[in-house]
Amino acid sequence: MKPFEYERLENTHDLSAFANGRYLGGGTNLIDLMKHQIETPDVLVDVTRAGMDTIEERDEAVFIGSQVSNTNLAAHPLIRKRYSVLSTALLSGATQQLRNKATTGGNFLQRTRCQYFYDTKRACNKREPGSGCDAMNGLNRFHAILGESENCIAVHPSDMAVAMAALDAVVLTRKPDGSERRIPAADLHRLPGDRPELDHVLEPGELIVAVELPGEPPKLQAYRKVRDRSSYAFAVVSAAVVLDVEDGQMRNVRIGLGGVAHKPWRAAKAEAVLEGQAPDTALFMRAMDTEMADATGHGHNDFKISLAPRVVVSMLKELTGLGEN
Amino acid sequence: MYPLNLTVNGTAHDVEVDPRRTLLDLVRETLNIKGPKKGCDHGQCGACTMIVNGRRINSCLSLALTHEGDEVTTVEGLADGKELHPLQQAFVEADAFQCGFCTSGQLCSAAALIDEIKEGLPSVVTGEDPVELSDEEIRERMSGNLCRCGAYNNIVEAIRSAAGDQR
Repeated sequence: MKPFEYERLENTHDLSAFANGRYLGGGTNLIDLMKHQIETPDVLVDVTRAGMDTIEERDEAVFIGSQVSNTNLAAHPLIRKRYSVLSTALLSGATQQLRNKATTGGNFLQRTRCQYFYDTKRACNKREPGSGCDAMNGLNRFHAILGESENCIAVHPSDMAVAMAALDAVVLTRKPDGSERRIPAADLHRLPGDRPELDHVLEPGELIVAVELPGEPPKLQAYRKVRDRSSYAFAVVSAAVVLDVEDGQMRNVRIGLGGVAHKPWRAAKAEAVLEGQAPDTALFMRAMDTEMADATGHGHNDFKISLAPRVVVSMLKELTGLGEN
Repeated sequence: MYPLNLTVNGTAHDVEVDPRRTLLDLVRETLNIKGPKKGCDHGQCGACTMIVNGRRINSCLSLALTHEGDEVTTVEGLADGKELHPLQQAFVEADAFQCGFCTSGQLCSAAALIDEIKEGLPSVVTGEDPVELSDEEIRERMSGNLCRCGAYNNIVEAIRSAAGDQR
Protein backbone atom coordinates (compact mmCIF):
# COMPACT_ATOMS: atom_id res chain seq x y z
CA MET A 1 0.00 0.00 0.00
CA LYS A 2 1.11 3.57 -0.66
CA PRO A 3 1.43 5.66 2.54
CA PHE A 4 -1.60 7.80 3.41
CA GLU A 5 -2.91 9.99 6.21
CA TYR A 6 -5.76 8.59 8.28
CA GLU A 7 -8.61 10.81 9.49
CA ARG A 8 -11.75 9.90 11.37
CA LEU A 9 -14.97 11.75 10.55
CA GLU A 10 -16.85 12.53 13.81
CA ASN A 11 -20.03 13.89 12.19
CA THR A 12 -21.29 14.91 8.77
CA HIS A 13 -21.97 18.58 9.51
CA ASP A 14 -18.76 19.93 8.02
CA LEU A 15 -16.99 18.11 5.21
CA SER A 16 -14.99 21.13 4.02
CA ALA A 17 -11.69 19.65 5.16
CA PHE A 18 -12.19 16.46 3.15
CA ALA A 19 -12.60 17.67 -0.44
CA ASN A 20 -9.46 15.76 -1.43
CA GLY A 21 -9.99 12.78 0.85
CA ARG A 22 -11.17 9.30 -0.02
CA TYR A 23 -13.98 8.09 2.22
CA LEU A 24 -13.55 4.70 3.91
CA GLY A 25 -16.64 2.67 4.84
CA GLY A 26 -16.30 -1.06 5.49
CA GLY A 27 -13.28 -1.10 3.20
CA THR A 28 -13.91 -4.61 1.87
CA ASN A 29 -13.25 -3.41 -1.69
CA LEU A 30 -11.23 -0.22 -1.17
CA ILE A 31 -8.58 -1.80 1.10
CA ASP A 32 -8.15 -4.59 -1.43
CA LEU A 33 -7.74 -2.06 -4.26
CA MET A 34 -5.19 -0.17 -2.15
CA LYS A 35 -3.20 -3.38 -1.66
CA HIS A 36 -3.13 -3.76 -5.45
CA GLN A 37 -2.19 -0.04 -5.70
CA ILE A 38 -5.12 0.48 -8.05
CA GLU A 39 -6.42 3.02 -5.53
CA THR A 40 -3.75 5.23 -3.95
CA PRO A 41 -5.45 7.89 -1.80
CA ASP A 42 -3.30 10.46 0.03
CA VAL A 43 -5.91 10.95 2.73
CA LEU A 44 -8.28 8.24 3.93
CA VAL A 45 -11.31 9.47 5.86
CA ASP A 46 -12.96 6.80 8.03
CA VAL A 47 -16.69 7.62 8.00
CA THR A 48 -17.92 4.55 9.90
CA ARG A 49 -18.30 6.40 13.22
CA ALA A 50 -19.97 9.59 12.02
CA GLY A 51 -23.51 8.73 13.10
CA MET A 52 -24.80 7.33 9.78
CA ASP A 53 -25.75 3.89 11.09
CA THR A 54 -29.51 3.93 11.71
CA ILE A 55 -32.61 2.83 9.79
CA GLU A 56 -35.59 5.14 10.40
CA GLU A 57 -39.13 5.38 9.07
CA ARG A 58 -40.45 8.94 8.84
CA ASP A 59 -42.54 11.11 6.52
CA GLU A 60 -43.78 8.04 4.63
CA ALA A 61 -40.27 7.00 3.65
CA VAL A 62 -37.51 4.82 5.07
CA PHE A 63 -34.07 6.36 5.60
CA ILE A 64 -31.04 4.07 5.68
CA GLY A 65 -27.81 5.56 7.02
CA SER A 66 -24.97 5.05 4.58
CA GLN A 67 -22.91 3.16 7.17
CA VAL A 68 -25.59 0.59 8.02
CA SER A 69 -23.93 -2.76 7.35
CA ASN A 70 -25.23 -5.04 4.63
CA THR A 71 -26.02 -7.61 7.36
CA ASN A 72 -28.06 -5.21 9.47
CA LEU A 73 -29.94 -3.82 6.48
CA ALA A 74 -30.81 -7.27 5.13
CA ALA A 75 -32.01 -8.46 8.55
CA HIS A 76 -34.07 -5.40 9.53
CA PRO A 77 -37.72 -6.48 10.03
CA LEU A 78 -39.07 -3.59 7.95
CA ILE A 79 -36.71 -4.39 5.07
CA ARG A 80 -37.51 -8.13 5.27
CA LYS A 81 -41.24 -7.40 5.17
CA ARG A 82 -41.79 -4.42 2.89
CA TYR A 83 -38.62 -4.44 0.74
CA SER A 84 -37.90 -8.17 0.50
CA VAL A 85 -36.27 -7.68 -2.92
CA LEU A 86 -33.59 -5.58 -1.20
CA SER A 87 -33.02 -8.06 1.62
CA THR A 88 -32.70 -10.95 -0.84
CA ALA A 89 -30.33 -8.99 -3.08
CA LEU A 90 -28.09 -8.11 -0.13
CA LEU A 91 -28.02 -11.70 1.13
CA SER A 92 -27.21 -12.92 -2.40
CA GLY A 93 -23.96 -10.97 -2.34
CA ALA A 94 -20.56 -11.84 -0.88
CA THR A 95 -20.22 -13.79 2.39
CA GLN A 96 -21.34 -13.27 5.97
CA GLN A 97 -17.89 -11.92 6.90
CA LEU A 98 -17.99 -9.37 4.08
CA ARG A 99 -21.64 -8.38 4.64
CA ASN A 100 -20.87 -7.74 8.33
CA LYS A 101 -18.30 -5.16 7.30
CA ALA A 102 -19.63 -3.80 4.00
CA THR A 103 -21.83 -0.70 4.19
CA THR A 104 -24.83 0.57 2.25
CA GLY A 105 -22.94 3.53 0.77
CA GLY A 106 -19.85 1.46 0.10
CA ASN A 107 -21.85 -1.24 -1.66
CA PHE A 108 -23.00 1.38 -4.20
CA LEU A 109 -19.44 2.64 -4.68
CA GLN A 110 -17.64 -0.71 -4.97
CA ARG A 111 -15.72 -1.00 -8.19
CA THR A 112 -15.93 -3.49 -11.03
CA ARG A 113 -14.40 -6.94 -10.61
CA CYS A 114 -13.27 -7.02 -14.28
CA GLN A 115 -10.08 -9.07 -14.10
CA TYR A 116 -8.30 -6.70 -16.47
CA PHE A 117 -9.05 -3.80 -14.10
CA TYR A 118 -7.34 -5.74 -11.30
CA ASP A 119 -4.40 -7.02 -13.36
CA THR A 120 -2.03 -4.04 -13.51
CA LYS A 121 -0.04 -5.70 -16.29
CA ARG A 122 -3.01 -5.54 -18.68
CA ALA A 123 -4.55 -2.64 -20.57
CA CYS A 124 -7.57 -1.07 -18.86
CA ASN A 125 -9.07 2.31 -19.66
CA LYS A 126 -10.84 2.39 -16.32
CA ARG A 127 -7.63 1.94 -14.33
CA GLU A 128 -5.38 3.85 -16.72
CA PRO A 129 -7.33 6.04 -19.19
CA GLY A 130 -6.08 5.71 -22.75
CA SER A 131 -4.27 2.41 -22.22
CA GLY A 132 -6.88 0.32 -24.05
CA CYS A 133 -9.26 -2.47 -23.05
CA ASP A 134 -7.94 -6.03 -22.93
CA ALA A 135 -11.39 -7.32 -22.00
CA MET A 136 -12.79 -6.38 -25.42
CA ASN A 137 -11.07 -9.31 -27.13
CA GLY A 138 -10.22 -11.20 -23.97
CA LEU A 139 -12.03 -13.39 -21.47
CA ASN A 140 -15.22 -11.34 -21.32
CA ARG A 141 -17.77 -13.87 -20.12
CA PHE A 142 -18.73 -11.60 -17.21
CA HIS A 143 -18.86 -8.39 -19.20
CA ALA A 144 -21.47 -5.91 -20.39
CA ILE A 145 -24.02 -6.35 -23.16
CA LEU A 146 -25.90 -3.07 -22.67
CA GLY A 147 -24.70 0.54 -22.66
CA GLU A 148 -21.02 -0.31 -23.06
CA SER A 149 -18.57 1.72 -25.14
CA GLU A 150 -15.52 0.90 -27.24
CA ASN A 151 -13.47 1.99 -24.23
CA CYS A 152 -14.94 -0.26 -21.53
CA ILE A 153 -17.18 -3.30 -21.20
CA ALA A 154 -16.89 -3.70 -17.41
CA VAL A 155 -20.02 -4.34 -15.33
CA HIS A 156 -21.00 -2.95 -11.94
CA PRO A 157 -20.83 -5.89 -9.51
CA SER A 158 -23.45 -4.95 -6.88
CA ASP A 159 -26.58 -6.95 -6.11
CA MET A 160 -27.90 -4.35 -3.64
CA ALA A 161 -27.74 -1.50 -6.14
CA VAL A 162 -29.87 -3.47 -8.63
CA ALA A 163 -32.64 -3.81 -6.04
CA MET A 164 -32.24 -0.15 -5.02
CA ALA A 165 -32.68 0.89 -8.67
CA ALA A 166 -35.85 -1.20 -9.02
CA LEU A 167 -37.24 0.26 -5.78
CA ASP A 168 -36.72 3.85 -7.00
CA ALA A 169 -34.46 4.50 -4.01
CA VAL A 170 -32.88 7.95 -3.73
CA VAL A 171 -29.25 8.48 -2.70
CA LEU A 172 -28.81 11.48 -0.37
CA THR A 173 -25.42 13.18 -0.47
CA ARG A 174 -23.59 16.11 1.08
CA LYS A 175 -20.73 18.01 -0.54
CA PRO A 176 -17.73 19.71 1.09
CA ASP A 177 -19.38 23.12 0.44
CA GLY A 178 -22.36 22.00 2.53
CA SER A 179 -24.84 21.63 -0.32
CA GLU A 180 -26.93 18.47 -0.58
CA ARG A 181 -28.19 16.38 -3.48
CA ARG A 182 -30.92 13.78 -4.07
CA ILE A 183 -29.79 11.32 -6.74
CA PRO A 184 -32.10 8.52 -7.94
CA ALA A 185 -30.25 5.23 -7.30
CA ALA A 186 -30.61 4.30 -10.97
CA ASP A 187 -28.79 7.52 -11.94
CA LEU A 188 -25.94 7.30 -9.40
CA HIS A 189 -23.73 5.30 -11.73
CA ARG A 190 -22.88 6.31 -15.28
CA LEU A 191 -22.20 4.54 -18.55
CA PRO A 192 -18.54 4.36 -19.57
CA GLY A 193 -18.66 6.44 -22.78
CA ASP A 194 -15.26 8.04 -23.25
CA ARG A 195 -14.66 8.46 -19.48
CA PRO A 196 -14.67 4.84 -18.21
CA GLU A 197 -12.52 5.84 -15.22
CA LEU A 198 -15.62 7.51 -13.75
CA ASP A 199 -17.99 4.95 -12.20
CA HIS A 200 -20.53 7.41 -10.81
CA VAL A 201 -21.70 11.03 -10.79
CA LEU A 202 -20.45 11.97 -7.31
CA GLU A 203 -18.00 14.87 -7.11
CA PRO A 204 -14.72 14.74 -5.17
CA GLY A 205 -15.46 14.90 -1.45
CA GLU A 206 -19.21 14.31 -1.94
CA LEU A 207 -20.40 11.87 0.73
CA ILE A 208 -23.34 9.47 0.58
CA VAL A 209 -25.11 10.23 3.86
CA ALA A 210 -28.20 8.05 3.51
CA VAL A 211 -30.51 6.23 1.12
CA GLU A 212 -34.25 6.94 1.01
CA LEU A 213 -36.74 4.23 0.11
CA PRO A 214 -40.27 5.18 -0.95
CA GLY A 215 -42.74 4.28 1.81
CA GLU A 216 -45.06 2.20 -0.36
CA PRO A 217 -43.13 0.08 -2.83
CA PRO A 218 -44.90 -2.32 -5.22
CA LYS A 219 -46.04 -5.41 -3.33
CA LEU A 220 -44.85 -8.21 -5.60
CA GLN A 221 -41.06 -8.40 -5.40
CA ALA A 222 -38.31 -10.82 -6.33
CA TYR A 223 -34.55 -10.92 -6.81
CA ARG A 224 -32.85 -13.68 -8.73
CA LYS A 225 -29.14 -14.16 -9.23
CA VAL A 226 -27.62 -16.48 -11.81
CA ARG A 227 -24.05 -17.36 -10.92
CA ASP A 228 -21.38 -20.00 -11.34
CA ARG A 229 -21.44 -21.20 -7.70
CA SER A 230 -24.45 -21.45 -5.42
CA SER A 231 -22.84 -19.03 -2.95
CA TYR A 232 -20.10 -16.39 -2.89
CA ALA A 233 -19.92 -15.55 -6.59
CA PHE A 234 -20.66 -12.43 -8.56
CA ALA A 235 -23.67 -12.46 -10.84
CA VAL A 236 -23.47 -13.61 -14.42
CA VAL A 237 -26.92 -12.03 -14.69
CA SER A 238 -29.21 -10.88 -11.90
CA ALA A 239 -32.62 -9.25 -11.85
CA ALA A 240 -34.78 -7.35 -9.39
CA VAL A 241 -38.45 -7.26 -10.40
CA VAL A 242 -41.18 -5.38 -8.53
CA LEU A 243 -44.78 -4.72 -9.55
CA ASP A 244 -48.39 -4.59 -8.45
CA VAL A 245 -51.29 -6.39 -10.09
CA GLU A 246 -54.56 -4.46 -9.77
CA ASP A 247 -57.81 -5.57 -11.42
CA GLY A 248 -55.87 -7.97 -13.59
CA GLN A 249 -53.46 -5.31 -14.84
CA MET A 250 -49.79 -4.86 -14.07
CA ARG A 251 -48.90 -1.54 -12.42
CA ASN A 252 -45.68 0.10 -11.24
CA VAL A 253 -43.59 -2.46 -13.08
CA ARG A 254 -39.89 -1.90 -12.39
CA ILE A 255 -37.10 -4.14 -13.56
CA GLY A 256 -33.45 -3.81 -12.58
CA LEU A 257 -30.75 -5.91 -14.22
CA GLY A 258 -27.32 -6.71 -12.79
CA GLY A 259 -24.25 -8.14 -14.49
CA VAL A 260 -25.19 -6.66 -17.87
CA ALA A 261 -23.95 -3.06 -17.78
CA HIS A 262 -21.57 -0.49 -16.28
CA LYS A 263 -24.44 0.45 -13.96
CA PRO A 264 -27.48 -1.25 -12.46
CA TRP A 265 -29.66 -1.34 -15.59
CA ARG A 266 -33.29 -0.23 -15.39
CA ALA A 267 -35.13 -2.05 -18.17
CA ALA A 268 -37.31 0.99 -18.91
CA LYS A 269 -38.33 -0.19 -22.39
CA ALA A 270 -39.60 -3.49 -21.04
CA GLU A 271 -41.37 -1.74 -18.16
CA ALA A 272 -43.22 0.49 -20.66
CA VAL A 273 -44.42 -2.52 -22.66
CA LEU A 274 -45.76 -4.23 -19.52
CA GLU A 275 -47.31 -1.28 -17.69
CA GLY A 276 -51.13 -1.45 -17.57
CA GLN A 277 -51.31 -4.79 -19.40
CA ALA A 278 -52.64 -8.14 -18.23
CA PRO A 279 -49.95 -10.69 -17.28
CA ASP A 280 -49.15 -12.86 -20.28
CA THR A 281 -46.08 -14.96 -21.08
CA ALA A 282 -45.89 -13.86 -24.73
CA LEU A 283 -46.10 -10.23 -23.61
CA PHE A 284 -43.30 -10.78 -21.08
CA MET A 285 -41.11 -12.17 -23.85
CA ARG A 286 -41.93 -9.31 -26.20
CA ALA A 287 -41.13 -6.78 -23.47
CA MET A 288 -37.69 -8.24 -22.86
CA ASP A 289 -37.01 -8.63 -26.60
CA THR A 290 -37.68 -4.89 -26.86
CA GLU A 291 -35.26 -4.23 -24.03
CA MET A 292 -32.55 -6.37 -25.59
CA ALA A 293 -32.89 -4.95 -29.11
CA ASP A 294 -29.70 -2.91 -28.67
CA ALA A 295 -27.72 -5.52 -26.74
CA THR A 296 -24.36 -6.58 -28.13
CA GLY A 297 -22.14 -9.50 -27.15
CA HIS A 298 -18.37 -9.61 -27.23
CA GLY A 299 -17.84 -13.32 -27.73
CA HIS A 300 -17.74 -15.08 -24.40
CA ASN A 301 -20.73 -13.12 -23.04
CA ASP A 302 -23.08 -13.51 -26.02
CA PHE A 303 -25.21 -15.93 -24.00
CA LYS A 304 -26.31 -13.13 -21.66
CA ILE A 305 -28.43 -11.62 -24.45
CA SER A 306 -30.80 -14.58 -24.22
CA LEU A 307 -30.18 -15.44 -20.56
CA ALA A 308 -31.27 -12.06 -19.14
CA PRO A 309 -34.72 -12.13 -20.80
CA ARG A 310 -35.30 -15.75 -19.74
CA VAL A 311 -34.52 -14.84 -16.12
CA VAL A 312 -36.94 -11.89 -16.12
CA VAL A 313 -39.73 -13.74 -17.96
CA SER A 314 -39.47 -16.60 -15.48
CA MET A 315 -39.66 -14.17 -12.56
CA LEU A 316 -42.64 -12.31 -14.01
CA LYS A 317 -44.49 -15.60 -14.51
CA GLU A 318 -43.83 -16.61 -10.94
CA LEU A 319 -44.77 -13.22 -9.45
CA THR A 320 -48.01 -12.93 -11.42
CA GLY A 321 -49.08 -16.52 -10.77
CA LEU A 322 -48.67 -17.76 -14.33
CA GLY A 323 -46.62 -20.67 -13.05
CA GLU A 324 -43.05 -21.48 -12.17
CA ASN A 325 -40.21 -22.31 -14.49
CA MET B 1 2.36 6.21 13.51
CA TYR B 2 -1.00 6.53 15.22
CA PRO B 3 -2.11 5.42 18.73
CA LEU B 4 -4.61 2.56 18.98
CA ASN B 5 -6.39 0.87 21.88
CA LEU B 6 -8.20 -2.39 21.42
CA THR B 7 -8.93 -5.60 23.30
CA VAL B 8 -7.90 -8.98 21.90
CA ASN B 9 -9.14 -12.14 23.62
CA GLY B 10 -9.88 -10.17 26.79
CA THR B 11 -6.50 -8.44 27.00
CA ALA B 12 -6.31 -4.68 26.44
CA HIS B 13 -3.55 -3.45 24.12
CA ASP B 14 -2.20 0.07 23.71
CA VAL B 15 -0.07 0.25 20.56
CA GLU B 16 1.29 2.60 17.88
CA VAL B 17 0.43 1.55 14.33
CA ASP B 18 1.17 2.51 10.75
CA PRO B 19 -2.18 3.39 9.10
CA ARG B 20 -1.48 0.76 6.43
CA ARG B 21 -1.42 -2.04 9.03
CA THR B 22 -4.36 -4.43 8.70
CA LEU B 23 -6.02 -5.90 11.76
CA LEU B 24 -4.62 -9.29 10.69
CA ASP B 25 -1.02 -8.05 10.54
CA LEU B 26 -1.42 -6.18 13.82
CA VAL B 27 -2.63 -9.28 15.63
CA ARG B 28 -0.11 -11.68 14.06
CA GLU B 29 3.01 -9.55 13.80
CA THR B 30 2.68 -6.86 16.48
CA LEU B 31 0.75 -8.80 19.14
CA ASN B 32 2.29 -12.15 18.15
CA ILE B 33 -1.05 -13.98 18.19
CA LYS B 34 -0.59 -16.49 15.39
CA GLY B 35 -3.92 -18.33 15.28
CA PRO B 36 -5.47 -16.21 12.52
CA LYS B 37 -3.85 -17.11 9.19
CA LYS B 38 -2.96 -15.05 6.16
CA GLY B 39 -4.31 -17.21 3.35
CA CYS B 40 -5.08 -14.99 0.38
CA ASP B 41 -4.86 -11.53 2.02
CA HIS B 42 -7.72 -10.39 -0.26
CA GLY B 43 -10.88 -11.42 1.59
CA GLN B 44 -11.49 -14.48 -0.53
CA CYS B 45 -10.48 -17.44 1.66
CA GLY B 46 -11.61 -16.65 5.23
CA ALA B 47 -8.47 -18.00 6.96
CA CYS B 48 -8.07 -14.62 8.72
CA THR B 49 -11.62 -14.57 10.13
CA MET B 50 -11.88 -12.88 13.54
CA ILE B 51 -14.91 -11.94 15.62
CA VAL B 52 -15.06 -8.17 16.23
CA ASN B 53 -17.73 -6.83 18.60
CA GLY B 54 -19.66 -10.07 18.09
CA ARG B 55 -19.52 -10.11 14.28
CA ARG B 56 -17.10 -12.14 12.15
CA ILE B 57 -15.04 -10.25 9.58
CA ASN B 58 -12.10 -10.77 7.23
CA SER B 59 -9.33 -9.18 9.29
CA CYS B 60 -7.09 -8.89 6.21
CA LEU B 61 -9.47 -6.32 4.68
CA SER B 62 -9.74 -4.15 7.76
CA LEU B 63 -7.28 -1.45 8.78
CA ALA B 64 -6.15 -1.81 12.40
CA LEU B 65 -6.79 1.89 13.06
CA THR B 66 -10.48 1.48 12.34
CA HIS B 67 -10.75 -0.81 15.40
CA GLU B 68 -10.26 1.77 18.16
CA GLY B 69 -11.96 0.43 21.30
CA ASP B 70 -13.11 -2.79 19.63
CA GLU B 71 -13.34 -6.25 21.24
CA VAL B 72 -11.58 -8.79 19.06
CA THR B 73 -11.71 -12.57 19.41
CA THR B 74 -9.36 -14.93 17.59
CA VAL B 75 -9.29 -18.72 17.73
CA GLU B 76 -7.09 -18.41 20.85
CA GLY B 77 -10.03 -16.79 22.63
CA LEU B 78 -12.51 -19.61 22.03
CA ALA B 79 -11.22 -22.23 24.48
CA ASP B 80 -11.80 -21.90 28.23
CA GLY B 81 -8.33 -22.44 29.62
CA LYS B 82 -7.34 -25.98 28.67
CA GLU B 83 -10.97 -26.91 27.98
CA LEU B 84 -11.70 -26.86 24.26
CA HIS B 85 -14.63 -24.85 22.93
CA PRO B 86 -17.46 -27.25 21.95
CA LEU B 87 -16.79 -26.42 18.30
CA GLN B 88 -13.10 -27.29 18.65
CA GLN B 89 -14.04 -30.60 20.27
CA ALA B 90 -16.57 -31.27 17.51
CA PHE B 91 -13.98 -30.50 14.80
CA VAL B 92 -11.64 -33.07 16.38
CA GLU B 93 -14.35 -35.69 16.70
CA ALA B 94 -15.72 -35.18 13.17
CA ASP B 95 -12.24 -35.14 11.57
CA ALA B 96 -13.09 -31.71 10.16
CA PHE B 97 -9.60 -30.79 8.94
CA GLN B 98 -6.48 -32.22 7.38
CA CYS B 99 -3.69 -29.61 7.09
CA GLY B 100 -5.43 -27.26 9.52
CA PHE B 101 -4.45 -23.97 7.85
CA CYS B 102 -8.06 -22.85 7.37
CA THR B 103 -9.25 -24.27 10.69
CA SER B 104 -8.78 -21.22 12.94
CA GLY B 105 -10.86 -19.20 10.48
CA GLN B 106 -13.44 -21.98 10.17
CA LEU B 107 -13.79 -22.10 13.97
CA CYS B 108 -14.20 -18.34 14.41
CA SER B 109 -16.68 -18.29 11.56
CA ALA B 110 -18.66 -21.20 12.98
CA ALA B 111 -18.73 -19.70 16.49
CA ALA B 112 -20.17 -16.48 15.08
CA LEU B 113 -22.58 -18.49 12.89
CA ILE B 114 -24.13 -20.17 15.93
CA ASP B 115 -24.69 -16.76 17.53
CA GLU B 116 -26.19 -15.41 14.28
CA ILE B 117 -28.70 -18.26 14.24
CA LYS B 118 -29.65 -17.50 17.86
CA GLU B 119 -30.02 -13.82 16.93
CA GLY B 120 -32.29 -14.81 14.03
CA LEU B 121 -30.15 -13.24 11.30
CA PRO B 122 -31.37 -14.52 7.92
CA SER B 123 -29.29 -15.90 5.06
CA VAL B 124 -30.33 -16.06 1.42
CA VAL B 125 -31.65 -19.62 1.90
CA THR B 126 -33.76 -18.66 4.93
CA GLY B 127 -37.49 -18.55 4.26
CA GLU B 128 -40.03 -16.47 6.16
CA ASP B 129 -39.96 -18.83 9.13
CA PRO B 130 -37.43 -18.63 11.99
CA VAL B 131 -33.94 -19.76 11.07
CA GLU B 132 -33.36 -23.52 11.35
CA LEU B 133 -29.81 -24.81 11.32
CA SER B 134 -30.12 -27.08 8.30
CA ASP B 135 -27.10 -28.31 6.35
CA GLU B 136 -28.17 -25.92 3.59
CA GLU B 137 -27.98 -23.00 6.04
CA ILE B 138 -24.58 -24.10 7.36
CA ARG B 139 -23.16 -24.44 3.85
CA GLU B 140 -24.48 -21.03 2.74
CA ARG B 141 -23.27 -19.32 5.91
CA MET B 142 -19.81 -20.93 5.75
CA SER B 143 -19.22 -20.08 2.07
CA GLY B 144 -16.66 -17.46 3.05
CA ASN B 145 -14.30 -20.08 4.46
CA LEU B 146 -12.46 -22.15 1.89
CA CYS B 147 -10.79 -25.49 2.68
CA ARG B 148 -8.36 -26.76 0.08
CA CYS B 149 -8.22 -30.18 1.73
CA GLY B 150 -11.93 -30.41 1.03
CA ALA B 151 -13.04 -31.26 4.56
CA TYR B 152 -16.37 -29.57 3.95
CA ASN B 153 -18.65 -32.52 4.71
CA ASN B 154 -17.00 -33.06 8.09
CA ILE B 155 -16.96 -29.33 8.86
CA VAL B 156 -20.74 -29.22 8.30
CA GLU B 157 -21.15 -32.26 10.54
CA ALA B 158 -18.99 -30.71 13.29
CA ILE B 159 -20.95 -27.44 13.26
CA ARG B 160 -24.31 -29.24 13.23
CA SER B 161 -23.20 -31.37 16.17
CA ALA B 162 -21.75 -28.48 18.24
CA ALA B 163 -24.73 -26.20 17.54
CA GLY B 164 -27.15 -28.98 18.49
CA ASP B 165 -25.39 -29.50 21.82
CA GLN B 166 -25.52 -25.79 22.63
CA ARG B 167 -29.24 -25.39 22.06
